[in-house]
Amino acid sequence: MNYKIIGKFVGKILLVEAIFMLPALFISISKGENNSIFGFSCSIIVTTLLGLSLMLGCKNAKKVFYAKEGMVCVAISWFLLSFAGAFPFYISEEIPLFIDALFETVSGFTTTGASILLEVEELPMGLLYWRSFTHWLGGMGVLVFVLAIANGDKSRGGFAMHLLRAESPGPKVGKLVPKMKTTAEILYAMYIALTILNVIFLLLGGMPLFDSLCTAFGTAGTGGFGIKNDSIAGYSPYIQNVCTVFMLLFGVNFSCYYFIFIGNIKAIFKDEELRLYLGLVISSIVCITWNIYKSYNDFGEALRHAAFQVASIITTTGFATTDFDLWPSFSKTILLFLMVVGACAGSTGGGFKCGRALLVFKNLKRNIKHSLHSKSVEVIRVNNHVIEEKVLETTNAYLAAYVFIILASVIIVSLDNFSVTTNITAVLATFNNIGPGLEAVGPTCNFAGFGDISKLVLILDMLAGRLEIFPIMVLFLRSTWRYK
Amino acid sequence: MEEDNAMKIIIAGNGKVGAMLTKQLSSEEYDITLIDSDVEILEEVEEQCDVMTVNGNCACMDVLENAGARNADLLIAVTGEDEVNLLCCHTAHNMNTRLHTIARVRNPEYMKQIFEMRRTYGLSMTINPEKQAAVEIYRLLKYPVFLKRDTFAKGRVEIVELEVSKEQKMCGRPLKELESIAGCKILVCSVLRGDDTITPDGGFIPKEGDKLFVTASSANLSIMLKNLGYITQKIKRVIICGGGRVSYYLAQQLINNSISVTIVERNYDRCVKLSTLLPKANVIHGDATNEFLLKSEGIESSDAVVTTTGLDELNVIVSLFGKSCGVPKVITKISRLENNSILDQMSLGSIISPKKLSSDTIVRYVRALRNKEGAAMSVHSIANDQAEAVEFIVDDKTKNCGTPLREIKLKKNILIVCINHKGVTEIPNGDSVFNKDDTVIIVTGSDDVIYQLNDIFQ
Repeated sequence: MNYKIIGKFVGKILLVEAIFMLPALFISISKGENNSIFGFSCSIIVTTLLGLSLMLGCKNAKKVFYAKEGMVCVAISWFLLSFAGAFPFYISEEIPLFIDALFETVSGFTTTGASILLEVEELPMGLLYWRSFTHWLGGMGVLVFVLAIANGDKSRGGFAMHLLRAESPGPKVGKLVPKMKTTAEILYAMYIALTILNVIFLLLGGMPLFDSLCTAFGTAGTGGFGIKNDSIAGYSPYIQNVCTVFMLLFGVNFSCYYFIFIGNIKAIFKDEELRLYLGLVISSIVCITWNIYKSYNDFGEALRHAAFQVASIITTTGFATTDFDLWPSFSKTILLFLMVVGACAGSTGGGFKCGRALLVFKNLKRNIKHSLHSKSVEVIRVNNHVIEEKVLETTNAYLAAYVFIILASVIIVSLDNFSVTTNITAVLATFNNIGPGLEAVGPTCNFAGFGDISKLVLILDMLAGRLEIFPIMVLFLRSTWRYK
Repeated sequence: MEEDNAMKIIIAGNGKVGAMLTKQLSSEEYDITLIDSDVEILEEVEEQCDVMTVNGNCACMDVLENAGARNADLLIAVTGEDEVNLLCCHTAHNMNTRLHTIARVRNPEYMKQIFEMRRTYGLSMTINPEKQAAVEIYRLLKYPVFLKRDTFAKGRVEIVELEVSKEQKMCGRPLKELESIAGCKILVCSVLRGDDTITPDGGFIPKEGDKLFVTASSANLSIMLKNLGYITQKIKRVIICGGGRVSYYLAQQLINNSISVTIVERNYDRCVKLSTLLPKANVIHGDATNEFLLKSEGIESSDAVVTTTGLDELNVIVSLFGKSCGVPKVITKISRLENNSILDQMSLGSIISPKKLSSDTIVRYVRALRNKEGAAMSVHSIANDQAEAVEFIVDDKTKNCGTPLREIKLKKNILIVCINHKGVTEIPNGDSVFNKDDTVIIVTGSDDVIYQLNDIFQ
């Protein structure tokens, strides 16, 4: 393993993180929040020093870079990123326990949105901003950002591909254009443009600038940290609807937007994953509205809440406008189902991904057919492209890993003696990067009640969920570390 | 959103030449899309190079469409099949008439009609790696002392590779005395010592085993060799091991220059075919690894051995055997250059790689296409690819015209090795100047690619 090049890259990422802490520091200074000024200045200095020493210490790195290095690099980057990101909360003493600060930061970077804070509104504005900004940064991926700004180091060749594969969600990750740097630039350009659009729409609804920014960050990264105790419930119906639309937009595969940009609109309508995603959204909204409209004043309000909650859960954002824990069982079960499915591959959302679900389903269909016609040969197609057997195999392996991790996590978390629903949804909500679950971790509650071990497991779940399991699992393989 | 200046190149077929090109071109600033019918190969390439890949048949319109042929600038068709390459270029050219196309055509039977084919299929260029290799080998056989020869300025100037041994007078004496020893104007532009490339100055002292890259005008080559103490022997008898396409082209050329040729080939049918095509060649049916056979065919008394079989290992072994028999000139064809550093330690003499020659030719074409003004006229990689010799035309935009070289600040590791004033070549010193319409040859050892002449100035 080439530790030096990993060190160099991780160092670079820490420096980028330190730079991104600056706006939060300025906000703290302008508001005169002494605690967070101290917190951020210390964190920036420590992170910069750490980054610089890593970069200098690994100066003469050999330029060999294989899939193993790519995975380990991504995993380590995310660990250190979360670690450094937790400093401001801890040093400013707003979150006194480090494990809690870490939980909050990991929840931010992985765009989960699960919080251990009892009173969000008491947090200083600088920290609130940082908390929401971690969503935005984690949404598209920090490494992708570094790839976009990195000066084309020519001798690196395709090593960036390993990083993109490990950090971007989806069963099959490809580039939009031949150059990796340009691909990363395009991705971030679309991401930034959509975020700005979101902010503008929120501002038009009369939301204050600070709230708009934080909400837009939460929406863009499909994170879900609100800056109010009641999440989005206190805002006007217009703002709630804007959020619904943008959450759904950020849950779409970003290559669809690229196709619109280059004028290939036909390709989008034929996209099977997008069809599945929209189909799921619409049918869920219809079912839930029918199920809950009696408990609301009028049909429109029921529809608005249903749409918002469905969008929030399927894109794994985790905002809430109403306490869906009080909904009838049928609606809650639909939400539970949406939690697992998740958003589209190549979006900022988490979960199992519609694209994978599609593959698993088609593969299942093929296998059942095969049991009737044992000699039949059939290839699986998505969007009229043949899917290679290797991708199907990886998807099945992913499904297995996904189930095992959920089972193991639920067993460990259940030591804290909460109800079964709480445990299962707590794991699902963190592992799929959603945020709120049901019962004791429902939209009005939080994760503060869990013990340290549970929190640690949930932190790992969040990271594993965001990085799509394999990069984190690789860290636990002996052969990763054994050979140099 | 993104600057769209990068040239868009499609490479069809990831065989030997294709892989080499992909590697070389993707490290420069081009947008590369690779088409191949093998998914596994594509995946491997994607992990090594910053390129996009498309899976499918490259002669198929849908596939070409996917690869972006309508917006591309250049298509390089280098699959294993000539016919597929031609069809691919033809199809793509019909989709986008602006597209430049390069096809690999290597079947000797097509060589006579190559000009007609270029016209009908809309090809900008055809390449034939085997033929190029044969030409290169022939040029080396003409001056057997040189390990490598690169020609510039329409053949008037050459950069040649020479190995220093104890017998030479220049061994152990600083380079500034070299000119007086050689008796003509020459310039050492690069030295390969072990694995390192050195850009030497006047105080540099050559040691035994060093490989010098020397610039000299072609007319002076024989004087230089004589004065430096290299024995030049005219080649009269050549043994070629392996009867592939390279051998055929080479034998043809050698026979035309009345050099006697013996070809050893294992496949009987191929022997018959060679004998039909080359009536004057001495075709032997047998295994080239058979020492007894080679000895009985007089390897010890031959002037040169060229190994061109399809197996690198075999070529290396036969070449080593040739060396041990005391053959003065051995040329080895190597297809996989990846293990080049090991080969260097084995003193195989000259190494020829068809795919490298072809990909160099294409890279030259690509760079010329990239900027028509001030583009390089020719590019040759020397010293194990660690340095590059490039020829440029001085035009209106070139800076420092008329300034003596000693006053011009060049970037690190760059040397102006030759100036041609309208047909008169000059190996420059500090007082030399270049003017408009001259051509200038530079040697660069730096990692940055020099696209224009102005790139060399600080």
